[in-house]
Amino acid sequence: MKYRSQKVAYWFFALSMLLLSLQLIYGFIMGFAHMGYDGLHSVIAFNTARAVHTNLLVVWLLSGFMGAAYYIIPEEAENELASVKLAYAQLISLAVVGVIAIVGYHFNYWEGRKFLEIPRPLDYLVVVNVLTFLGIILVTLFKGKKRTTTALVLTMGLVFAALLYLPGMIWFDNQAMDSFFRWWVVHLWVEGVWELIMGGILSFLLIKITGVDREVIEKWLYVIVGLTFISGILGTGHHYYYIGVGKIWLIVGGIFSALEPLAFLGMALFAIAMYRKGEKKHPNKIALSWTLGTAIVSFVGAGLLGLAHTIPQVNMYTHGTLVTAMHGHLAFWGAYAMIVLAIISYAMPNLTGRKLYDTTTGLYAFWLSNIGMLGMTVAFGVAGVAQVYLERKVGLEFGDVQKEIQVHFLILVSCATMFTTGICMYIYEFVKHGRPSDEALVTQ
Amino acid sequence: MLSKSQAKTFFLGGTIVTFAVFLALSWTSLSNEVPKRTHEENLTPQVVRGKEIWEANNCMGCHTIMGEGAYYAPELTKVYERRGEGYIKAALMSKTPWSPRGRKMVAYGFSEQQANDVVAFLKWIGETDLNGFPPKPDLKK
Repeated sequence: MKYRSQKVAYWFFALSMLLLSLQLIYGFIMGFAHMGYDGLHSVIAFNTARAVHTNLLVVWLLSGFMGAAYYIIPEEAENELASVKLAYAQLISLAVVGVIAIVGYHFNYWEGRKFLEIPRPLDYLVVVNVLTFLGIILVTLFKGKKRTTTALVLTMGLVFAALLYLPGMIWFDNQAMDSFFRWWVVHLWVEGVWELIMGGILSFLLIKITGVDREVIEKWLYVIVGLTFISGILGTGHHYYYIGVGKIWLIVGGIFSALEPLAFLGMALFAIAMYRKGEKKHPNKIALSWTLGTAIVSFVGAGLLGLAHTIPQVNMYTHGTLVTAMHGHLAFWGAYAMIVLAIISYAMPNLTGRKLYDTTTGLYAFWLSNIGMLGMTVAFGVAGVAQVYLERKVGLEFGDVQKEIQVHFLILVSCATMFTTGICMYIYEFVKHGRPSDEALVTQ
Repeated sequence: MLSKSQAKTFFLGGTIVTFAVFLALSWTSLSNEVPKRTHEENLTPQVVRGKEIWEANNCMGCHTIMGEGAYYAPELTKVYERRGEGYIKAALMSKTPWSPRGRKMVAYGFSEQQANDVVAFLKWIGETDLNGFPPKPDLKK
């Protein structure tokens, strides 16, 4: 690392790792419940496990993005972070809000709106937390010596993500309106501004790892985030097909959703092309694997599998079935989990001075988690297609269909075990790096 | 070949234009379509109370409504039409976990009033125009 204050990033990454581990436990609870083993029902009912699983995902990704920003912005702006103390305070408050929310879900304290279950009073704390974070980042950036495109795109993503949280806080009596604005948060986050964050981090990693000229990488970064917004904003329409808000979205959502894979394809081609073009081969092979991996898997998971079920005629049948879970798992994994794991893999040796660049454990972590997640995706897909056919075409009862597809959850849980083994290895490597140290400072 | 400033213009221009179109479409949908399709005149205080109970208990954490939620329990958009009021109230007021086909529901043990509110909400949802969702099973004999 080049700046002492970058060390803050380590603690955000550590929080990410902790929350990711918890997320997996709740995932298993749900997997077993789908197989018919719901022994925990009276303590952790399915809706609790589900809210905890998805919210932990969001919080560990956000914590990873924040850590990434605290690592990247000082280096890009050539300036120490504006306030390290405030950054630690922000970390602690993020953890506290997260813990209160997660505990609350076990006691029926929530809002019951998919992905936005955090109760309203805690929402205000989230807002204060995010404003503090943005304050630190923006002051650092504007007091810095440089304002690079990479830093600006990353910061723009973070600012828009904060702004888009607000429509989700408005109460509507009408369920259709409620749902309409809920997607302003959820969709415009994951298929809009989070992609700016992803693009910013990816661009930073490619500059560092491949050594390709910054101007070339940043030019293509603009093209990709441009494609993301052009397709993603109107692509929100695919959530509006069947929620009572009009027919126009069938056309608009259908067309622009079909364009959405382009942004991800662009991202994948961009990463591969820059890697091939680069003359400097950075020794951190693990970080390179995750960087190229995120670009490719996000294209398959978010791009292709998204396209597969956002065609209106298909979505009529797959909407609200396990097919959505299939797309959701590989999309979040490929686009966001992997980019966070990529930046952590890149940053850890620099923060701690321990150069675990090419360890067997690290490579196994990459392959086991990826193959495990692909297996889970296939299991969800098979279960989902069978569900669609039996329930929506043949007209069998929901409960009877669920019994028919239970066996696929055995495969799902087996693949999830492989996935979890990979993640455990990743976390083992994380711990093995040790704590960040001033001795790792490099002056250039 | 594309320059960096042209790429920047593509990003900013594309974003502004698509966002403007998105806002205009949203405005049209919310002001013209939603009131008609959801029969807003039927959105009584009882329906709203039902929605509050629906959210306070995170029903979407297991069920889907309008196709949105979790995939552990049945789709409820047309449940009023499919099961009728008596069945829904029995499930909501049950003091033991409702599990008609083995999969358990949380035993909410709602009062008659609360159950009526949720039923009113589900009845209202069932009458919204969702462009044909959920589809009718076309292979059903």
